[in-house]
Amino acid sequence: MSKRFLFDGRPVVFEDGQTILQAARAAGHYIPHLCWHPDFPPHGSCKLCIVKVAGRHVSSCAMPAKEGMEVESNTPEINGERRALLQMLFVEGNHFCPSCEKSGNCQLQALAYDLEMTGERFAHFFPERPVDSSHPDVLLDFNRCIFCELCVRASRDVDGKNVFALTNRGINKHLVVNAESGRLGDTDLAADDLAANICPVGVILKKRVGFATPIGERTYDVKPIHIVAMEDGK
Amino acid sequence: MTSHEVPAVPIESIVRKHGGDPTRLLQILIDVQESIGWLPPPALTSVAAALSIPRSRVEGVAGFYHFLHKRPVGRFHLQFADNITERMQGSAELMASLCSKLWVEPGRVSEDGLVSVETTSCIGMGDQGPALLVNGMPLTRLSHQRINQIAELVRREAPLSSWPPEFFRVDDNIRRADALLSLEMAPGAALRAAVALGRDGWMEQMQISNLRGRGGAGFTTAVKWMACRDAAAPEKVVVCNADEGEPGTFKDRVLLTRMADVVFEGMTLAAWAVGACRGFVYLRGEYRYLLESLREALSLRRAENLLGRGIQGIAGFDFDIEIHLGAGAYVCGEETALLESLEGKRGTPRIRPPFPVTHGYLGRPTVVNNVETLAKTCLIALGGGEAFAATGTAQSTGTKLLSISGDCAQPGIYEYPFGVPIERVLEDCGASDIQAVQVGGAAGITLASYEFHRRIAFEDVPTAGAFMVFDSSRDLFEVARNFVDFFAHESCGFCTPCRVGTALLKKAMKKLAEGRGAKTDLADIEWIDRLLKNASHCGLGSAAPNPVVDTLLKFRPAYERRLQSLDFEPAFDLDAALAAARRASGRDDPGAHIGAEEAGQNG
Amino acid sequence: MNAPRPKVRIATTSLAGCFGCHMSFLDIDEHLFELVELVEFDRSPLTDIKHCGPCDIGLIEGGVCNAENVHVLREFRRNCKTLIAVGACAINGGLPAQRNHLDLEACLREVYVSRDGLGEGGVPNDPELPLLLDKVRPIHELVRIDYFIPGCPPSGEAIWKFLTDLIAGRTPRLSYPMMHFD
Repeated sequence: MSKRFLFDGRPVVFEDGQTILQAARAAGHYIPHLCWHPDFPPHGSCKLCIVKVAGRHVSSCAMPAKEGMEVESNTPEINGERRALLQMLFVEGNHFCPSCEKSGNCQLQALAYDLEMTGERFAHFFPERPVDSSHPDVLLDFNRCIFCELCVRASRDVDGKNVFALTNRGINKHLVVNAESGRLGDTDLAADDLAANICPVGVILKKRVGFATPIGERTYDVKPIHIVAMEDGK
Repeated sequence: MTSHEVPAVPIESIVRKHGGDPTRLLQILIDVQESIGWLPPPALTSVAAALSIPRSRVEGVAGFYHFLHKRPVGRFHLQFADNITERMQGSAELMASLCSKLWVEPGRVSEDGLVSVETTSCIGMGDQGPALLVNGMPLTRLSHQRINQIAELVRREAPLSSWPPEFFRVDDNIRRADALLSLEMAPGAALRAAVALGRDGWMEQMQISNLRGRGGAGFTTAVKWMACRDAAAPEKVVVCNADEGEPGTFKDRVLLTRMADVVFEGMTLAAWAVGACRGFVYLRGEYRYLLESLREALSLRRAENLLGRGIQGIAGFDFDIEIHLGAGAYVCGEETALLESLEGKRGTPRIRPPFPVTHGYLGRPTVVNNVETLAKTCLIALGGGEAFAATGTAQSTGTKLLSISGDCAQPGIYEYPFGVPIERVLEDCGASDIQAVQVGGAAGITLASYEFHRRIAFEDVPTAGAFMVFDSSRDLFEVARNFVDFFAHESCGFCTPCRVGTALLKKAMKKLAEGRGAKTDLADIEWIDRLLKNASHCGLGSAAPNPVVDTLLKFRPAYERRLQSLDFEPAFDLDAALAAARRASGRDDPGAHIGAEEAGQNG
Repeated sequence: MNAPRPKVRIATTSLAGCFGCHMSFLDIDEHLFELVELVEFDRSPLTDIKHCGPCDIGLIEGGVCNAENVHVLREFRRNCKTLIAVGACAINGGLPAQRNHLDLEACLREVYVSRDGLGEGGVPNDPELPLLLDKVRPIHELVRIDYFIPGCPPSGEAIWKFLTDLIAGRTPRLSYPMMHFD
C-alpha cells in the first residue's frame, strides 16, 4: 500500500524521500515558489512555498512528506501570507515592471498576479543598486534581485565557475561576482552558461534581446504561473 | 599603509599555517585582518588564490561577519556594546562624548586613519557595563572619566599594552553558587568516573539525569547523544557552542574563564559517549581575549593524556579539541549556522532535517552542546544521574546559571536549582520597584510584574540564562526597540520574512520613536510579527518579534502614547523632504513648506 | 423601493503621472454611457472643477513628487470615502520614481545651472512653482489607500470592472487577464 498524505483535503501519494512540494507537484498540485527549481536541491529562502502542517508553518520545498500529514496550502490564510512575502520582495528592491525586459516572463511578477497582489502595504526601501553592463553579452540589474541564489547555485554546481556569490548580510545582503574589480566583464561568465539563463526575475539579462515578445504573447500573458510551472517544470 | 598595498607574504604564510584548508577560511580571514588591519580587495584575491577557492566565496564570507572589515577601520577601532542595559547606563552619551573628543563620526574612520568608533551587539559584559571592545579587547565599567582617558591614549597612539590594566579587568561576579559553580574537580576526575562506567553505562547515567540543553531550546542531551552515537557515518564530532550572543547573557564567559577545564572535560565525556574523535569550541569573537588561556588549558590536558590519542590508556579513545573563532554574528549561535561557520562559510542556517546528529560538521554526525550543558555533564559523571535529577523540577533537572543585569544592586552570575520563582531572583539580586524582566535575552520573554510568581524552568519560563531587570523608570518601548534593531542587525538575510521583516520592523519602531506613529502602524507591526513568526527559516527570525509581541500585549500604552494620529501618518518628515529643493531654489516662502495635516482632517 | 439610486460621486486626478491612466479610463468607450448613468464627477480633468468636495470614490493617478501633489492627495483623502491608487506610479512611484537614486540638488543644478543654454536663470524660485520632494513616493506612503488598480496603465476594462464592482457593493476583483504591472 503506497504512502499518502492529505493536500488541501485531497489524498496525495508519495515515495520516501519526496518533499511535500515534490509529491504535491507530481500529483498535479501547484505550490507557489521562487527559489525552488526542479533541477536543484531545495534552498528554502523565498518562503513562498510555506504550507501549514498540523498547525505549524513549514517550507514545503524542504519538508519531507510523511504518511498521514494534513497539508494546507491554497487557503486564504496562507495565500495572504504569501502575498505579504511578495510585497516584502517588491519594496526591498526596485521593481519597475514597465521598463523591465523580463516583464511578462518574470516569475515574481507572475506570482504577484496569481496571488492577486494588486498593491502594496509597506514603504519602499528605494535601495541604491547600480547596474553592471561591463560584460559583452550579459547585463546585471541588481535592482530586481530576490536572493533565490539560483545563479549562484547554477554557476557553482553546474557551470563549475562560481561566477556569483552573496556577500554582506541582512537587508544589506547583495550579489557579487567573482572578480576583484566587482565587474561581470572580468569574470568568465558565458552567455550560454546555465547561470546566465536561470534568473527567475530580471537581474541577469541577455544584451541585444530587449522586449522581444510583444505584450499579450509573453509567457504569463498567456497563462498564469500555476499552469506554466506545472507544464515545463520551472 | 595605503589602501591597496597588500603584503603577499603574510597571507601565504597565514594560509600555510592553517594547512591551506578552505574549511578554515574564517579563521584565515581573522588572522589576515589581524596582520593588516582590514581586508582590502587584493587580500581577498590572494586568500582565494592561496586556498584555490573562488574569490566570490571569500568575498561572501568576508562580508557576512560584523568583525571582518571590507573597508578600512581606524588603527584604534572602538566598538561600544549597544545592548539595552548598556544604553540604560548611558553608553550612547559616552560614545557621543568619545566621538566628539576624537573628532570622528560614528561608523566613520578619522581622516588620519587613527580611530573609528561604532556600536556592536552585546559583548557579554552586561554585569560590568557600559563596555566596549578596543581592537577586540573588552574594556569595562566605562565612565566619563574613563572616556577622557581613552581619548587621550588614542590621541597619543599609546599601544594597548600600555593602557592601564584596570581598564581591561573582567570580573566573574559570581553572586550565588550552587552545584556547578562550587564544583572543585581535579582534571580527569569526571572522565575517569565515566570511563569506569563504560560507554553504555555512562550514557545510561546521562539518561537518568534528564539533563536538557542549557542553550535555550532545552532538548534532552542524552537523546541527542544517542542519535549521534547511533548514526551510521564515522568520524563523529563534538562541538561546544560558545557563541554566547544572546543579549544580556554572560554565564559562558564566566565558565570559560573559571572552569574551562570542566567544559573541556564535558566535551570529552560527550566524545566518550558518542565515539567522537574531533572536538571544536566555537568561541564568539567577542571572547577572543580568552583564546590564549583556553589554548593553554588544552595543552595541559594533552600533556595529561586527557586529550589526544588513547585517552586514559584506552585504545581507540582518540579525541582532541580545537578552538574556532566567530567574528560578530549572533546567528552562528544557531547550531546549523554555527556548523556552516565552522566549515568556513557564511553563517546561514541549514535546512533541517537532516539534523546535525546525523549530518553535521562536513556531513558527519555531530553533537552541538552549549558550554553550560557540557560543564554539567561533569556533575553527572561524578555524582551520578540520579543525584543530578534530585535538584530542580521533574522536567527541568539540575541547576541553571542566570546572567543578571540591568536595574539591580548586584548584577552578575546566579546559579539556582530550576524552579526558582522570578520574585526570589529579584530579591536576591537587590532589585526593587521593578516593572519588567526580560528572561532569555532579546529572543526571550518579557515578564510584567504580575508574572513574577512564575518559575525559571523549561515548562514555565525557559531561558538560555539572560535575566535583564527594568525598574519603573524604564520605557519598555525603548527596550523592545533596542531588541528589534538588534535582530535587524543580526539577521543573516537568507529568508525573505526575516531579511525584510526585521528591517521593516526596525523602520516601524523608528517611526513611532520619532513621533510619527499612527494606529495603522500598530496593525502593520502585528502583521510583520506574524510573518516573522510563521514563515522564518530559523529561530532568529521566528523569535525576532517576541519583544514587540510581548510589550504590545503587556505595555501597550508605551506604544500608544507615541501615536501622532489614530489613522495614518507618513513615515518621513514631509517638510524635510522639501529641504533639498528649498536649498537649490533659495526659496523659503510659505508655499515652500508643508505642515502636518490639521486636526480633524483624516490624513 | 424603486426610487432611483443616488449617483455615486467620483473625483479623479493625476499627480506625478502622465495622464495615461486617465486616457485608459476613457478607453472604456461605450461603457461611458453606462457610467454617466451611475456616477457624477466632482473634481477631475473631465470637469475642470478645481477642488474636491465630498465624494464616494477618488481615483488617483501618479505618485507624489512635489508639494502640490501632497496638498491634492490630502484633499482627496479628506473628501473621498474610498480612495483608489490607479496605475504603477500611484502604486510604487513608477517612472518618476526612477529619479530616486539621484541627489535632487545635484539634479536641479545639472539641469538649470551647469548645462549650456539653461544656466542663465539658475534654479527657478517662483513661489507659483511647486517644490520637488527629495524622493518620489507612492501614494500609500502619504495617506491611507483603500484599493489599488495595477497597470501602466490599467486597461479600461480593468478600471470599468473595478468601478462597477465597487458601485454594486462587491469587493472589487480583477480577473487574471486584467492583472498586469506593465
